[in-house]
Amino acid sequence: MATHDHHGHDHAPPPDEDGPLTYYQTMEIAVRELLIEKGIFGADDVRRAIETMDARDHAAGAEVVAHAWTDPDFREALLADGTGACARLGIDIGPTRLIAVENTAAVHNVIVCTLCSCYPRNLLGLPPDWYKSRAYRSRVVREPRAVLREFGTAIPDDVTVRVHDSTADMRYIVVPRRPAGTEGWARERLAALVTRDSLIGVTVPKNP
Amino acid sequence: MAARFAAGDRVAVRRAFPPGHIRTPWYARGAAGEVERICGAFGNPEELAFGRRDAPKQTLYRVRFAQTALWPDYDGPPGDTIDIELYEHWLEPATE
Repeated sequence: MATHDHHGHDHAPPPDEDGPLTYYQTMEIAVRELLIEKGIFGADDVRRAIETMDARDHAAGAEVVAHAWTDPDFREALLADGTGACARLGIDIGPTRLIAVENTAAVHNVIVCTLCSCYPRNLLGLPPDWYKSRAYRSRVVREPRAVLREFGTAIPDDVTVRVHDSTADMRYIVVPRRPAGTEGWARERLAALVTRDSLIGVTVPKNP
Repeated sequence: MAARFAAGDRVAVRRAFPPGHIRTPWYARGAAGEVERICGAFGNPEELAFGRRDAPKQTLYRVRFAQTALWPDYDGPPGDTIDIELYEHWLEPATE
């Protein structure tokens, strides 16, 4: 580490993936090639769909929260029917349904999918690697307060920690508490305080 | 399709271990909690996994469990909870 100069990037190369294709990799390639051959879609359509997915971030999620912070009617609608409230902003949640859970002075919420990696991708983009890790999935239901502390988030004992396990058709977004000192702020400015991790519930928004 | 349970009902998760595509977490099997809300009727993943798209839909619930009901040695205040989505055929009335 100390013997040579690091210049801002990790020197470990990505794995070469020299092993044989797995069953599902082979099947994906075969189905994709057949669909292209039959003219259902082109290779560029596949590329573009991946590019769109990769480019998505948590901007839509932050926008939803900024609306909830500034519009009491929207907040109420969001907590009652997350999917419907997002549609009002022109945000399509996809085939699953959205449940928004609100942090208060008495409750802190945190989201997990213990079975795989269910995540509100249309609002938050692709899930971070740690969200998909076995360590997070198994530990946050078992010792959520210890996991939150590792993310730098200490929850006092008089605040209830509520874990939500996305095991089926619902997807979740945390509505964090609005930071103090942001009275009168415009939505765009508020949205910039809402980080991806605060929407999962492992931390709180940035301070102004 | 009528929901068998209502919000606020005490329910227990069946202690069963069938093979297949099961979306009931192991850590909740046998545990008792309270119905938080009814989510609606959804395709049963245990049937969908085998391509049986015409199988009857199942009512999906969110059930709230006390952490201490899931982990006897839970390290935290007794009010901490986990909400889990569970399909109706995995639930029965709680006897405790």
